[in-house]
Amino acid sequence: MDTLLAANSLAEYLHTNGVPVVGPLDDSTAMIVAAVVHVALVGAWFGLPAGLFIWAERKISGRIQDRLGPTRTGGKFGWLQSLADGIKLIQKEDLVPKDADGLMFRLAPYIVVVASFVGYIALPFSDGWAAMVLDVGLFLTLAVLSLEVLGVILAGYSSGSKWALFGAMREGAQMVSYEIPMAICALCPIVTAGTLNLNEVALLQSGGAWNWNVLHPFNFFAFFVYFTCATASCKRAPFDLAEAESELVAGFLTEYSGFRWSLFFLAEYASMFLVSGLAVVLFLGGWDDGFGIIVAIKKAFPDFLGTFIANVIGLKVFLIKSSILVCVQIWVRWTLPRLRIDQVMTTCLKYLIPISCFLFAGTVAYPLVLAKMSGQTSIIGPPAGERLVQPRSAFATSRLEPNGTNPASVQVSAASSEGSQP
Amino acid sequence: MNTTQLTLFWLFAALTCGGAIAVCVSQNVVRMAFSLVLTLGSTAVLFLLLGADFVGATQLLVYVGGTLVLIVFGVMLTATGPFTRIKSSAAGGILSGLIGIAFLFIVASTVTSVRWVDSDKGQGVASKIEFGTHSKAVASHFNPEQQGNTTRQLGLSFLSLRADRDLKFGIPPAPVEESNTAPVIPGESVAAAALPLNSNPKLSVGYLLPFEIVSVHLLVVLVGAAYLARTKRRTKS
Repeated sequence: MDTLLAANSLAEYLHTNGVPVVGPLDDSTAMIVAAVVHVALVGAWFGLPAGLFIWAERKISGRIQDRLGPTRTGGKFGWLQSLADGIKLIQKEDLVPKDADGLMFRLAPYIVVVASFVGYIALPFSDGWAAMVLDVGLFLTLAVLSLEVLGVILAGYSSGSKWALFGAMREGAQMVSYEIPMAICALCPIVTAGTLNLNEVALLQSGGAWNWNVLHPFNFFAFFVYFTCATASCKRAPFDLAEAESELVAGFLTEYSGFRWSLFFLAEYASMFLVSGLAVVLFLGGWDDGFGIIVAIKKAFPDFLGTFIANVIGLKVFLIKSSILVCVQIWVRWTLPRLRIDQVMTTCLKYLIPISCFLFAGTVAYPLVLAKMSGQTSIIGPPAGERLVQPRSAFATSRLEPNGTNPASVQVSAASSEGSQP
Repeated sequence: MNTTQLTLFWLFAALTCGGAIAVCVSQNVVRMAFSLVLTLGSTAVLFLLLGADFVGATQLLVYVGGTLVLIVFGVMLTATGPFTRIKSSAAGGILSGLIGIAFLFIVASTVTSVRWVDSDKGQGVASKIEFGTHSKAVASHFNPEQQGNTTRQLGLSFLSLRADRDLKFGIPPAPVEESNTAPVIPGESVAAAALPLNSNPKLSVGYLLPFEIVSVHLLVVLVGAAYLARTKRRTKS
């Protein structure tokens, strides 16, 4: 359990224990090595979803429309279709229109890509397996996601085309408005958990499906509102007004071609996975399998290997859950008709924002009302704060345990087993 | 700070200043806005480098994600031509240069008048509280000052429980309250010692009420602005 492979602990590990041949590294080298390792790992997963989900999207849309989708590229199921697409796109000419503002036009795709890449920093893939386990995890992720709008607007504006400009205006208005209900709904599980640290939010839900935030009466609805807003903020249908072919050619993407165009799509699929991963961490228990298997493994084998294997299983569970949510987004895209722009804005401003405000107020009031009525803050199991595997706050622990037990001596397995027993 | 952090600091400090200069030099409004992105974004990175991750994230959310998008929207809505250029007169340039130099003087005199040695000590104490999951980092070389994780301290200060004033440090846990006899594991000792409140019963001033008042005030301003904008449209039509 001590060997969490998060950024700081990896740097710390390299510094204190050292590398087999070289010996202990100094501060800056350890920091650089840790940074490179994490960027490589996150970068690999940043590139993968694009290929994987573009193929999935082709297949699923094909099946929904009673077609086969790609069948021949790379064997039986068209596995290599995304790779073929990528090669085709890279070979295309990198056009910059004559009227465009060249520098801005070339830069815009990178802003979008960097924004959705940095969003992965705080996303925990398994217990402690995040590039940075930050106390402001969710806040930073939302902040970085809000930068994507800037790239879109710049792309539209610098194209020097009316289609692109209109598309960017619509897209910007849509993304900025949907950010509000999305952030408020993301706050609901945060209030329940009492921490912004995504790793801790997921830890609080571990031990079984009954601990998941989605079963909380208000968070249940917040999950659906969040997911709707997340779909809209990824510019996915039925909210893909920016790319409404019949009205706007291709929106802010009209003038883009080749590699830069594919960068936008890389970012889109990556942020689809990012918002789904956030939904999983916030509402669906993160890496928890729902039956307490991972917690049981950690309890039975508290050594490095056992924790590692439990974390690998957790990673797979997390990826499967997030991929299911991405597939739901794909499914929605190919089954629902596109909304009109005024309907999109009405949905957000007149319905989703009031609903999310109500849900937020409800989440805040819920434990208070429960405590007043039944004397405890949750219906099933111990209060959320006691489910933490590690004592989260030494301050709180000492208040709770006046008998003098040292917070550090609370056994990891003992604390985590509390969560598995309702 | 180690060499990597110092290098990063100078890199992003240069980017901040470079962006700011580009805002002044450039004549294209949208390029100015983009230079502002560079400046404000690098400022956020500087905050993150200094361990103020909450302020850094706020900087990103409020200035880069919010204000700048508004600016760009405004530029796009008010622009007359495709790529509007702004040219200022020589007199305007001299005047703004003078104001800028005066402002620089104020900032520089403020910065130099602070005794950073003392406040460094206070910050060192503040950074010793580690409420995060990875509290073991305290004992090792990587202290939370590098790691950030200041959110809980900020929250507690809002409720008038300031880390550097109202919480005690460095006292062995034995004499304080009850019998804390359990052996203290080195990694947790600082956090455990930080628990008891200062003997001084008077706590610092909390910031929760001013904060709430300001946010309600902002809400009123927003509602008022929306109301004014709407009435205007109604009288026209």
